[in-house]
Amino acid sequence: MSMANYAFEVSQTSAYAPEILEGLSSAERRDDAASAPVRDESDLSTGLALEDINLSFGGVVALAGVDLSIKAGEIRAIIGPNGAGKSSLINVISGVYRPERGHVVLNGVRYAQVPTQKLAHLGVARTFQNLALFKGLSVLDNVVAGRAHTVRSSFAGQIVGTPLSRRERRDSYDRAIQILDFLHLGGVRDRLAGTLPYGLQKRVELARALVAEPRLLLLDEPMAGMTATEKSEMASFIRAARDRFGMTVVLIEHDVGVVMELSDRIAVLDYGLKIADATPAEIRSDQRVIDAYLGVVSENEDGGGI
Amino acid sequence: MSALATEFTVAPTLPKWAAPVLVLIIAYGVVPFVGTSYLFEAILLPFLALSLAGLGLNILTGYAGQLSLGSAAFMAAGAFAAYNFNLRVEGLPLVGSIILSGLVAAGIGIVFGLPSLRLRGFYLAVSTLAAQFFVQWALTKFSWFSNNSSSGVIDAPTLSIGGIVFSGAAGRYLFSLTIVTVITFLAYRLVISQTGRNFIAVRDNETAARIIGVPVLRTKLLAFAISSFIIGVAGVLWAFAYLRTVEPAGFNLDRSFQILFIIIIGGLASIRGAFFGAALIVVFPLVLARLGSFLLGDIFDSGVLDMSQRIVLGALIILFLILEPDGLVSLWDRIRRRLGSALRLTRR
Repeated sequence: MSMANYAFEVSQTSAYAPEILEGLSSAERRDDAASAPVRDESDLSTGLALEDINLSFGGVVALAGVDLSIKAGEIRAIIGPNGAGKSSLINVISGVYRPERGHVVLNGVRYAQVPTQKLAHLGVARTFQNLALFKGLSVLDNVVAGRAHTVRSSFAGQIVGTPLSRRERRDSYDRAIQILDFLHLGGVRDRLAGTLPYGLQKRVELARALVAEPRLLLLDEPMAGMTATEKSEMASFIRAARDRFGMTVVLIEHDVGVVMELSDRIAVLDYGLKIADATPAEIRSDQRVIDAYLGVVSENEDGGGI
Repeated sequence: MSALATEFTVAPTLPKWAAPVLVLIIAYGVVPFVGTSYLFEAILLPFLALSLAGLGLNILTGYAGQLSLGSAAFMAAGAFAAYNFNLRVEGLPLVGSIILSGLVAAGIGIVFGLPSLRLRGFYLAVSTLAAQFFVQWALTKFSWFSNNSSSGVIDAPTLSIGGIVFSGAAGRYLFSLTIVTVITFLAYRLVISQTGRNFIAVRDNETAARIIGVPVLRTKLLAFAISSFIIGVAGVLWAFAYLRTVEPAGFNLDRSFQILFIIIIGGLASIRGAFFGAALIVVFPLVLARLGSFLLGDIFDSGVLDMSQRIVLGALIILFLILEPDGLVSLWDRIRRRLGSALRLTRR
């Protein structure tokens, strides 16, 4: 084995070492999922934690030493001005970016980079800031696609129609239809996803994420570009989904009013730094947050205060 | 909303399987008895082989979104593999060598599909050209593939399935038709399965597909494998049933482009599209030749014909890309919808 290859393998092993531990905890986790379909208030263990995350793009610092600890079942908003690093944070949690330093702790397992292709298996689902639906599929098929990670049957089995593939197919469609009804999308089930109005497409994306039955749901600006009515509708859907499925929700949103209503806790980012992490009420009165994001611009115009 | 829905429910009188079943009844029950040998040799046999090739490419390009210019290479691989299996393996039935040759084409497809893990769009198309040139070079260079025949041209074996010999033009037509029907049915089952949905997911948004747990790399290679399998079998039909000879020169880059045009004109990501496109590509030159000699007489010789074919075909593709990007299939569906609503109106 050449030296370069060896080094590559070592780095792979260290990056994905958590998978070795995964087997140990998976049995235990399955128990959790089976016994607690309803949100268990007594279990307030950490659902997700970020430890000292650092990320930069060619000298531009996107995230600097961000720590974050999110309880299971909590709705946590991340707010901050444009370019504060909010989307980068979501992309780090979902493994799209690899942080230069720091770890993501998911289900008690530490990752240097979350393996994106296993994300769904780890119980994480996400939506995207810019719509990422499959435009050539119907709304129903888009949501059914959200069950992709559960498929065990091979393509040959699906062509022939083995009992396993038929069972999986029926199961995926049943669940997708339930979720669509839950989000009041039953009426547009057979439309091509790309032909729906923007607000509905956002909701279909939420449906596709929910159908995977995640334990952690990451929403990257789920209400961007929506009208006030659509926003409050979406907020109530997110809350209802959390109450019904009991997952942890991390969401990015610009509209502070909506965020204050919806979230249990709010983390505020500014220039890649976490400058506050508290309940909505505390955030509202935090001077640094007001300076950076919520409030008056006047004194900061020369940049002195930042 | 409900108004919209009623407007788009097209003639609910016919179930979805009615049209294909009707086509099959005519293809099996009527055409073999009334068809002339010209119809079989010049139209139906190339049509069936090209339809199948188009179907294969449509799975890769239309459904999975991976552009390929190597189709003719996979056809050649299939044709030569079938020839050699038939020649060198004693007692292997023809169906066996066809399936094995499909698997060989699939293997080559996977190898040349590997760049798709890194490359997209035009860059991938250029890298699939490597398959085109490599396979053609290998088949010409190593005479073992053509059983050391001095001209490189070899004769196809007689066609038979389970002891039934398909001889004559009508027999070869039935042979091709049967294989195309079976594979088309399986391909249809594939594209409506979760795997077919994964293909479209990878095509429409690769990142989102990966995040929801679609194994993107495996899905791409699977698309290459299945597509090449089908195109390989199409190559067998092309060589064994249509041309009755096997030679590398017939599987050049022009053929690859022809198959790509078939699915662009017929309709991407549609099973029917391959058939529509192949029909146009096969019938159109014949119509043009007849029309040309009828209108222009002797001036319209084969050179002029060839040139005018290229020009008109090129113009046609441009027209389709602009006016009907979804191909003949969507044109057909629109016409049918119009006719359906017109019929319903007159009935009232």
